[in-house]
Amino acid sequence: MSTQAIAIDDPKTGEVTEAVYEHPLIVRLCHWINAIALFVMVGSGLQIFRAFPSFGAKIPQKDLIHWPKAFALGGWLGGALQWHLTFMWIYMASGLVYVGYQLFSGNYKQVLFVPRDIPGMWPMVRHYFFFGPKPPEKEAYNPLQKQAYTSAIGLGVLSVLTGIAIWKPVQFSWLAWMMGGFHIARLLHFLVMWAILAFVFGHLVMVILHGWNNFFSMLTGWKKDPQYLSK
Amino acid sequence: MNRVDSRKFKSMSRRELLKLVPVVALGAFAIPKFQKPLLKAGLGFSDWASARLFRKGHLAPTFSDSELTPFDKFPLNTYDVDDPGVDFDKWTLTVVGEVQKPGDYTLAQIQALPKITQNARHVCVEGWDVIGRYGGVRLSDFLNKIGADTTAPFVTVACADDYYESLDMATALHPQTLLCYEMYDRPLTREHGAPLRLNIPTKIGYKQAKYLTDLKVTRVLDRVGYWEDQGYSEFYGL
Repeated sequence: MSTQAIAIDDPKTGEVTEAVYEHPLIVRLCHWINAIALFVMVGSGLQIFRAFPSFGAKIPQKDLIHWPKAFALGGWLGGALQWHLTFMWIYMASGLVYVGYQLFSGNYKQVLFVPRDIPGMWPMVRHYFFFGPKPPEKEAYNPLQKQAYTSAIGLGVLSVLTGIAIWKPVQFSWLAWMMGGFHIARLLHFLVMWAILAFVFGHLVMVILHGWNNFFSMLTGWKKDPQYLSK
Repeated sequence: MNRVDSRKFKSMSRRELLKLVPVVALGAFAIPKFQKPLLKAGLGFSDWASARLFRKGHLAPTFSDSELTPFDKFPLNTYDVDDPGVDFDKWTLTVVGEVQKPGDYTLAQIQALPKITQNARHVCVEGWDVIGRYGGVRLSDFLNKIGADTTAPFVTVACADDYYESLDMATALHPQTLLCYEMYDRPLTREHGAPLRLNIPTKIGYKQAKYLTDLKVTRVLDRVGYWEDQGYSEFYGL
């Protein structure tokens, strides 16, 4: 592990706890900035969707759903576009800085899903969903977490690519063409959003289940008493 | 392994937490006083980037006749009336501004320029899209005919129904930007903007004004466009 580990002495009780600096500052900054940007992108995106809540023809228009205005951001189409076209830069910048930093620093190794993680997936699935025994923690992220976080980055990239295809279907006509044209790219952009929301839901459930110590590590970087460290 | 006592660890953690302060800066977007100028700046940045991404030689995709949206399925997005009651016999396009030959141009004078027909995608800001067939003359040919100073950055148009629009000169000179007088090989119908409208496959729908009455080549933009002046993107190139 390249991460920095320390031992904490409690002078009152004499107890010693270990802690690991799990999340570098840039990762934490990108995480929270991206979380806010994602919230704005989804909210304003849904308001934009309300202007034409369909993926079929305009005439006759068959609405897919009537998305409630209370769960949308921007108030009206023009307002939502202002939010969307402003925060897309923040969303992309935080994503690019994150990926760039992870690659440059080598920190990606703790979270990137690689083929050797495949055998460890089933025991984790058994533990999470079928009350199986908890596999021993060997590193900061278990194979299923790596798979989820790596997929999330992939979905983030797809959300940007499908977004570019519908924002600039002429200048990036090759991108729109690869996705089957503007019309289908718009549908994909919408579906990628739901996939990201599914990830966020699972992520939040796991964060709640793992408690404050784990949550604070994304604020301070430090995780106390990580089980993979103790021998 | 380094050893620290628990008080030191707490202060270390607090310091790390404080380093996240830049995230709080995004909270400025939640303050009503800052929200409007910040979003205006954000949209302005997007427009600036859009203008940089525009390539004058790059053509919008065109489509075969079989891919056309049938004419009766081509939507009308009129902002007030479908028919502003243009008197075709008296209609002219009034040209002013940075041009050598200002004046009133008849439809016949415009139609005398080389005719272009194109099947192009029309994308509405609402999210729908259709593929239409348009016929007309290149705006660049017309600008050439009127002796426009193409170093002026803007071309603006006014319409019979009080709608108005503006174009950056690069888009105005793009080979697919048309002064359009035909759709689906027939003269424009009144609800689609007869006798003359804009067709700009490199722009969003609201830029493609209908029922044109005035055209101006200008260096100053006192107003941008009907929707733009309410908060929509000023450039909105596709």
